[in-house]
Amino acid sequence: MGNAILFLILAVIAIGAAILMLVSKNAVHSALYLILNFAVIAVYYILLNAPFLAMVQITVYAGAIMVLFLFVIMLLGAEESSGVLGTRRGQLTTALLLGAVLIGSFVAALGQIGGSAASSSVADTTPRNLAIILFESYVFPFEVTGVLLLVAVVGLYVMSSRLVKKD
Amino acid sequence: MNAESAGQLAWITLVVGGIITFAVITGFAYTTLLERKVLARLQHRVGPNRAGYVPIPRRGKKERRLLGGFMQPAADAVKLFMKEDITPIYVDNVVYNLAPMLTVMPVILTLAVIPWASSVTLFGIDYPYLAIAPGLNVALLFVLAITSIEVYGVVLAGWSSNSKYAVLGGIRSTAQMISYELALGLTLLVPVMIAGSLNLNDIIVSQQETAWFTILQLPASIVFFVAALAEMQRAPFDLLEAEQELSSGYNVEYAGMRFAMFFMAEYMKMIVFSALWVVLFLGGYDIPFINEAAIVSSADSTVVTILIAAGQVLSIILKIVFSLFLMIWIRASWPRLRYDQLMDLGWKTLLPISLLNVIVTGVMIVLAEEGVFNSLISAFGG
Amino acid sequence: MLADWQYIGIFLAISPIFPAAPVLLQWLLGPKKPNSIKNSAYECGIETVGDTWIQFKVQYYIYALIFVVFDVEAVFLFPIAAAYGQLSLFAIGATALFIILLADGLAYAWAKGALEWI
Repeated sequence: MGNAILFLILAVIAIGAAILMLVSKNAVHSALYLILNFAVIAVYYILLNAPFLAMVQITVYAGAIMVLFLFVIMLLGAEESSGVLGTRRGQLTTALLLGAVLIGSFVAALGQIGGSAASSSVADTTPRNLAIILFESYVFPFEVTGVLLLVAVVGLYVMSSRLVKKD
Repeated sequence: MNAESAGQLAWITLVVGGIITFAVITGFAYTTLLERKVLARLQHRVGPNRAGYVPIPRRGKKERRLLGGFMQPAADAVKLFMKEDITPIYVDNVVYNLAPMLTVMPVILTLAVIPWASSVTLFGIDYPYLAIAPGLNVALLFVLAITSIEVYGVVLAGWSSNSKYAVLGGIRSTAQMISYELALGLTLLVPVMIAGSLNLNDIIVSQQETAWFTILQLPASIVFFVAALAEMQRAPFDLLEAEQELSSGYNVEYAGMRFAMFFMAEYMKMIVFSALWVVLFLGGYDIPFINEAAIVSSADSTVVTILIAAGQVLSIILKIVFSLFLMIWIRASWPRLRYDQLMDLGWKTLLPISLLNVIVTGVMIVLAEEGVFNSLISAFGG
Repeated sequence: MLADWQYIGIFLAISPIFPAAPVLLQWLLGPKKPNSIKNSAYECGIETVGDTWIQFKVQYYIYALIFVVFDVEAVFLFPIAAAYGQLSLFAIGATALFIILLADGLAYAWAKGALEWI
């Protein structure tokens, strides 16, 4: 019961933050609302007994990627955005269409599991067990992630070297 | 143990841990005094000695004044309360007010996972070790997550001030913090690998069983300390206070108490990072040369148990004060780094060292497990 | 476990008091006599010309990007470090490969001068 109330309160905050992120005219304010949204989602992970994932959510998304976002906003000087409606023709229609597809696929996926996904939590998700599971079943994706991150560094250099020269 | 007593003891632990934690939080005021006194002594000055002293009368001579200056933090606070708080008109009001809060709050949160004393058994009930959140099995990741959040206070203070100097200062500080966060994070791995747990108490217990990790892992200990100094923008990494060359930093447009908040955060960070360094590398609440658990179990009396617990709290606090003294000593001894030197130190010295350290530690642990060291010792010794 | 998070939640709810109380107290006690000169930008006494958001050095941005990459890798290593004593040699080999990839990325960025402050 207590969990249900908490869930509802958090849901209101998360959705409210997401909507405010979309409609706020100032890009930095949008970024702040997004951070709030990430934080609430981290709380959800904790409630689902996945604290490791919650900490990763905060460290990587709220901590690292949002700093990058803020830097990009500042670098481009794109503080004042035009808000939710966008500037390009057909942007709103496309967004609504894609959103509908996303929600449709969510509903379909939930229908397949039988709607019990949110309440089921993994039995024992200590970081230690997580590592052991990682090496039991997911060694290949793990290494691929490593390669992907290496590629990211290379790509970063290639893309930025032009910028640096211009600077 | 039934559920009721479990809940009850959890609350007691929370309350006691909370009291110690709040004492540490308010201790930041005395950290400022410690800094001013120690810096003064290192520069052959006396430091603040007027606000509050204990007079000891002497016959025929002027009275002796003991503990000169112990009321200085209170005097500073009163002065700050009476100041006008100026808000420049161009600022983004909400974010401008939010930024000091976002700077202080994460620092306080980190204290939730610091253990102040080991678990004890009193009146037949086992109390978990003293901390606000004792059983957190991702405690070190929690610390890392909170550290990564600390950046926002800085970048938002700079941005919301709407002044080019503040903006540049904010960007500069942010880049500095994220650069050193990597070295910090990788160094945290080393105690975790040896202890086999992300829980801070497990790491202390592991140190009690072997040796303090400063002895086993001197490079990691030093890298952590240096990265922590850079992370909290202390000297010699205090470009924030380079008033003449860089027009200070992200906080130029702040005044009054909101300006003081950034300094409150800095001194609290000193305490928090000291506590973390002590827990990870100096044995935490462990009292050196004493086996506390053995004494408690052999004496088997309530008084001894409480005394040992109090001794452990005292032990960790004394170690924190030692670490604070080191930080102040460094401030008095080292000149400030230039920005390019700062970035080079983070990316080209500390990061490779910490990475290498993780690899070496990993290899050593594997070799120890395979019994290579034992066979080597027997080969050469026997 | 969840109880610990509850305590942290309570602590999180209490923690704003520490920064908020002094600011509020000053707002109550301090004088309030604003004037237009006092409220103008402090640094350097003259009003900012143009946008405050000038385009700053691209180097900051590059550091932030490299940081994101390495942060993701570091987070991966934490559960592995916690389980290190129980891992098989195969798992340790896989981790070693991962760390080598990480070091490789750093070496590449270094060699190409992406870490150079110009």
